[in-house]
Amino acid sequence: MNLSKDDVDKPLTLSELMRGARSGSETESQGPRYWRSLSELADDGSFTDEVAQAVAGVRGAIEGLDDASRRRFMKLMGASFALAGVAGCSVQPVEKIVPYVEQPESIVPGKAMYFATASALGGDGVGLLVESQMGRPIKIEGNPTHPASQGATDVFAQAEILSLYDPDRSQIVMRDGRANTWEQFLSFAIDLREKQKTVKGAGLRILTRTVTSPTLADQIRRLFKELPEARWHSYEPVNLDNVRKGAELAFGEPLEPLCDFAKADVVVTLDADFLASGPGRLRHARAFADRRAAGAVEGADAQAMNRLYAIESTPTLTGAMADHRLPLAARDVAHAAAAIARALKVDGAPETDPKRIEKQAAWIAALAADLEGRRGKSLIVAGESQPAEVHALAFAINAALGNVGETLNFFPPLQKGPTDQIGSLVELVRDIEKGAVDTLVILGANPVYETPADLKFADALKSPKIKTRVHLGLYDDETAAQCNWHLPEAHFLESWGDVRAFDGAATIQQPLIAPLYKGKTANDVIAALLGQGDLPGLEIVRSYWKDRLPAETFEEAWRTALRDGVVAEPADAVVKPKPPAAAKLDRVKLADGPADGLEIVFRPDPTIWDGRYANNGWLQELPKPMTTLTWENAALVSPALAKRLGLENNQIVGLEFRSTLVEAPVWITPGQADDSVTVHLGYGRVKAGRVGTGIGFNAYQLRRSDALWFSDGLKLSPTSRSHTLAITQHHHDMAGRDVVRSSTVGAFHDKLAHGSEHEEKHGAHHHGLSLYPDPPVPQSEDYAWAMAIDLNRCIGCGACTIACQAENNIPIVGRDQVLNSREMHWIRIDRYYEGEDTSNPSTYFQPVPCMHCEKAPCELVCPVEATTHSQEGLNEMTYNRCVGTRYCGNNCPYKVRRFNYLQYGDQTTPSLKLLNNPDVTLRMRGVMEKCTYCVQRINEARINAQMEDRKIGGDEVTTACQGACPTRAIVFGNKADAESSVAKARNSPRNYGLLAELGTLPRTTYLSRLSNPNPDAAEQKAENPVEPRHG
Amino acid sequence: MANLDREPSRRTAPPPSLAPGHTYGSVTSKISSLVLLRPYNWRWAVGMGIGTSLVILLGVAVFQLLSLGVGIWGVNVPVMWGFAIINFVWWIGIGHAGTLISAILLLLKQEWRTSINRFAEAMTLFAVACAGVFPLLHMGRPWKFYWLLPYPNTMALLPQWRSPLVWDVFAVSTYATVSLLFWYVGLIPDLATLRDRAKSRYAQLVYGSLALGWRGSARHWARYKSAYVLLAGLATPLVVSVHSVVAFDFAAAIIPGWHTTIFPPYFVAGAIFSGFAMVLTLCIPLRAAFDLRDFITDWHLDNMAKVILATGMIVGYGYGIEAFIAWYSGNPFEQFMLLGKGRPFGPYSYAYYAMLTCNILIPQFLWIPAIRRNPVVLWVISILVNVGMWLERYVIVVTSLSQDFLPSSWAMYSGTFWDWATYIGTLGLFTFLLFLFIRFLPVIAIAEMRELVHESHERSGQGHGHSGAEAHGETR
Repeated sequence: MNLSKDDVDKPLTLSELMRGARSGSETESQGPRYWRSLSELADDGSFTDEVAQAVAGVRGAIEGLDDASRRRFMKLMGASFALAGVAGCSVQPVEKIVPYVEQPESIVPGKAMYFATASALGGDGVGLLVESQMGRPIKIEGNPTHPASQGATDVFAQAEILSLYDPDRSQIVMRDGRANTWEQFLSFAIDLREKQKTVKGAGLRILTRTVTSPTLADQIRRLFKELPEARWHSYEPVNLDNVRKGAELAFGEPLEPLCDFAKADVVVTLDADFLASGPGRLRHARAFADRRAAGAVEGADAQAMNRLYAIESTPTLTGAMADHRLPLAARDVAHAAAAIARALKVDGAPETDPKRIEKQAAWIAALAADLEGRRGKSLIVAGESQPAEVHALAFAINAALGNVGETLNFFPPLQKGPTDQIGSLVELVRDIEKGAVDTLVILGANPVYETPADLKFADALKSPKIKTRVHLGLYDDETAAQCNWHLPEAHFLESWGDVRAFDGAATIQQPLIAPLYKGKTANDVIAALLGQGDLPGLEIVRSYWKDRLPAETFEEAWRTALRDGVVAEPADAVVKPKPPAAAKLDRVKLADGPADGLEIVFRPDPTIWDGRYANNGWLQELPKPMTTLTWENAALVSPALAKRLGLENNQIVGLEFRSTLVEAPVWITPGQADDSVTVHLGYGRVKAGRVGTGIGFNAYQLRRSDALWFSDGLKLSPTSRSHTLAITQHHHDMAGRDVVRSSTVGAFHDKLAHGSEHEEKHGAHHHGLSLYPDPPVPQSEDYAWAMAIDLNRCIGCGACTIACQAENNIPIVGRDQVLNSREMHWIRIDRYYEGEDTSNPSTYFQPVPCMHCEKAPCELVCPVEATTHSQEGLNEMTYNRCVGTRYCGNNCPYKVRRFNYLQYGDQTTPSLKLLNNPDVTLRMRGVMEKCTYCVQRINEARINAQMEDRKIGGDEVTTACQGACPTRAIVFGNKADAESSVAKARNSPRNYGLLAELGTLPRTTYLSRLSNPNPDAAEQKAENPVEPRHG
Repeated sequence: MANLDREPSRRTAPPPSLAPGHTYGSVTSKISSLVLLRPYNWRWAVGMGIGTSLVILLGVAVFQLLSLGVGIWGVNVPVMWGFAIINFVWWIGIGHAGTLISAILLLLKQEWRTSINRFAEAMTLFAVACAGVFPLLHMGRPWKFYWLLPYPNTMALLPQWRSPLVWDVFAVSTYATVSLLFWYVGLIPDLATLRDRAKSRYAQLVYGSLALGWRGSARHWARYKSAYVLLAGLATPLVVSVHSVVAFDFAAAIIPGWHTTIFPPYFVAGAIFSGFAMVLTLCIPLRAAFDLRDFITDWHLDNMAKVILATGMIVGYGYGIEAFIAWYSGNPFEQFMLLGKGRPFGPYSYAYYAMLTCNILIPQFLWIPAIRRNPVVLWVISILVNVGMWLERYVIVVTSLSQDFLPSSWAMYSGTFWDWATYIGTLGLFTFLLFLFIRFLPVIAIAEMRELVHESHERSGQGHGHSGAEAHGETR
């Protein structure tokens, strides 16, 4: 309001007043002075610096957006971003909220949208549906139409959303340690291309991980057409080399098997963890669990349930589900396989060393007899860690049992590039040493960290012969540090791409958000080398598929593919099973190493895999299923070995293998083969980010290119030091309590047939426990939410825990806090051992979310009514009413309540703010939290139902844990609706309430676990070591 | 006492609750001189110094707690209550002796209470102040503590009345209020004495205003006496109610080892047990340091030791019944906790057996009269009893929570530096307040001691000793 002196006397008109008011609010100096914090009021300059820093951080996060989308992005995120880093204050600054001038058709604030894409762990595509809120991807679900997902996800896919927003991701192009730009790289790529053309690409090497992307493979093929001398190497720390080599041994060509567990009555695993790792794991887990469940319904034939025999060196989820489990050193598994083959009279089965499997002979005989009776309906699976010979034997046994074509089919390798990955890596290193490599392009791999130590890749990479090293990676990692060019990689949730699933189904990966840090994909880099650097990612993928799909219907097919998440390829383009030649075992020789002495066994980590997820806090804090270890790895030793060497948990030992010494803390693991010491890959990173750097020990230092998975010759030397491992469960037996109920399928059906009463079928008789009448509690007539968890299906993988963490904005707490039992998971997986024999106990998993007790002990003791009961039976937690007396947590018999002892939730890192689910409150320090049955999803369903003037369907609401579960072990719904799955589950004779004897009337109930032991083996128990699981 | 004395007894003389030879004047000048005349000495300075340093430690610990959260303590899941609740119960228990001595023994006309009631009451107040710190600090969001109070608010919410924590708020705040009033009312005549004897103007002003115009008229005395007895009547049920309610915090929960009907009476007995132990712990050095053996005689110590012995046995009975009911009920969770790997054979068995030793075994020495009258031994025993009672709360809180129903969630608990700093800090606060009290207020009730002089003269008038006229040396 710049009024001259003369104006003052004149009366103001209304329009002048209004204009004046407007200008007043625009010029801060004359309007009321609002200040955002004391430092701004003092105006010493530090506040402006703070804001500038915050803005700079934000700008970094959004610079990848083009102009138009940046503007939109700013609008969407304006409120939360503009104040990043500014402390809370009662006087809110003046803000302008600008509505859309043109409202985009699809975006409705508060309404989630889902987009289909796929994750590609190890080149293995898993179809996903990603939830997007106002342009931010916030939650990953499985894609029900995708064959590898069937609506489920594993822990890795769930946690990808955190990797996307990881503030430690590489954010800038680097050249020789200095910031650079993608444009500079493009011009460099053009020079490189011209230079390489002159020598036909001799000296150009591309190193990738496993690639199944049709587009990328096609690009590389085209590049090599121009540069025929260039070479493609691929190496993945966990690969299927042995499988393909086994097929080559048996059938003469490198094939990949595709198993159908739904048809298999008897499954035998040879060190294979098909439920938790390898391509198709989710599909396999579902099929396996369906067969478990088939025998567990009333009136079912007990034969409907499959039977699983597991031979394994280190305990796995698969072993935990087995009806008969045999711990056996990894080196002896080949002999066991040969013994099975010989028992089944497979042609050419090699001689076994009887001494190695002497004690197990009866076990193997019973197994062979069982297999004999299930020709064509059985399946022998060998793990990728077993050598080619074992795979060849497994294939031959399957072939001899007539399983090929029934439970097992063979396909040509899905993977593009060299199929002998370790051979290809060795070749690359040798070529570098020879000086044959002048340009190495590393796409998405971290070979400096993840290659076997004997190859000394880091030294090779330093070779002066290499002129240019280009690295594309999500992180500025160990390899990036040694490369001339480092290009930040775009996460698959922010880029275009494609990937094939285990069965060959292709999925187009579509971006959910513009790249946060200007990331590029492998496609972009190869396009740059092809001279197509300006081609957008979409065009690269689209133009490939344009050639693959019929031209006339391409647009429609493309859109359908994006919507469904699976490309409908023309029938002639779909890969068909390839009937293999008759299996020959003449080339199969069993290695005869020493039969005793320690062996070292390498395994990918159950949660951070080969180390690529090392900086993912969710996965770091997810307890590893068998040990409940978090945040680090350990050397797993058997109880017998620990006894022999006097080892204790947490004791640091020296692991010396081929004159490399690595120190590791010991964890005594029941079920571990006596002489096997298992180490998990993925830890000991030196440049992973804030979360993953410097924790655990690096098992790759012990790995050798000729001993990728196990080897004799380990020396273990105890030290007197110790390192306390952060485990989440300290007691492993049920202390004689009725926690996990289990029985054999035979006993279960007998009991039903003899009409014994259903135990606590409804928990109803507990109503009589109280001396007092039930107080009049308002009850909804329509809804009674309940959950049932089928322990017979649950494989303990932990996907529910991560899904819950993602859905409900659950913070991670870090190793120190885990050490003091303060982890925040709303659903935890309890793991119990049973049985006298610590070398091979029965293992049970039990997911424990809030029980939503009808008579909840927690509600009674809260002094401020922060936890109350809803009419629909939810035990509700009102965070902003909670004062934090923690009495509720004490009084919860299930200990599912979690307390924010410190400010655990990260509410300051800008990129992590994008991650939060806007439907779920962020919790501050000092308040209690726990499972809500995903009340936000119930309420969303309620809104939808009300708009359509109907009731919420009995199965309409899916909780996050339920959605992620690969085996559908969790059902949730309205138990008041008799047709709902949960009502039916609660009517099962297997249904029981955990600690129901306390009178809590839990709404979450469990269905007891059944096992299906071999009756013949059970009878022989007296004289042989076959242990029926729950006989 | 008079009745007892008249009965034929093997004891030839009644045990003196006041050493012979004291007159009104000597009592008054002896006690008031502690405040008014006694110069500052190094002993007081050292004690005060320790107290003040520890208060500073408490301040640092509280600052750290408020800025970072209760996570700086050792509490976890499942052991969500730790030192804070242990210390709270311990301090509240200690306070009980004061109320018991001042109220119940007054109503029962036990004259030996006279010389110890003043500082026992002060001890109660200070202990309650220390206790009150903990429930506040242990909350996740202590700044919202007032949500536990029923006040009109826009949320239209009252506290959740079924929660024992709400009962606690009322029980403890009532207890603190009544204890303060009782203490202050009892102080009024003595404050007037100090006012009258004070030489410094400031002291006269301060004591004068605190004395509320007491002139010692008969009407004053009559009102004073009835108010004092009325307050004693009010305080009496509180002795039982406060610790019963504190016991409900545990008994109302379903945790094995907590869910027990014996808890309220056994907590009350335990409170008196620990309270008397604390009185002994304080008064034995006090009477030595300030030469108060004439007022706090061996007979006092003997009586307190007997109370400790009696209540200690009630506590022992409580332990026994807990274990018996666990066995008798057949509840496997209770049996595990009380008879199995919970308390007796579990990871905290060291604390359990230390508790049994301190609370059950050690007090048995008090059957021996010589030990009851040996201040040094008694002092050691009283400290052991305090340690034992702290351990009792530790055992109850920690063992039950660390191994409740599902073995998967069991975890161990231990206090952190900040836990200890806060605990020791409150010990410092207690010391600090106590030393202030010793310095500025009469540690023994002068007026009541004068009454005692009067009574003993009446008694002695019948047999031997001084004449009544001799006693009246001075009236104030």
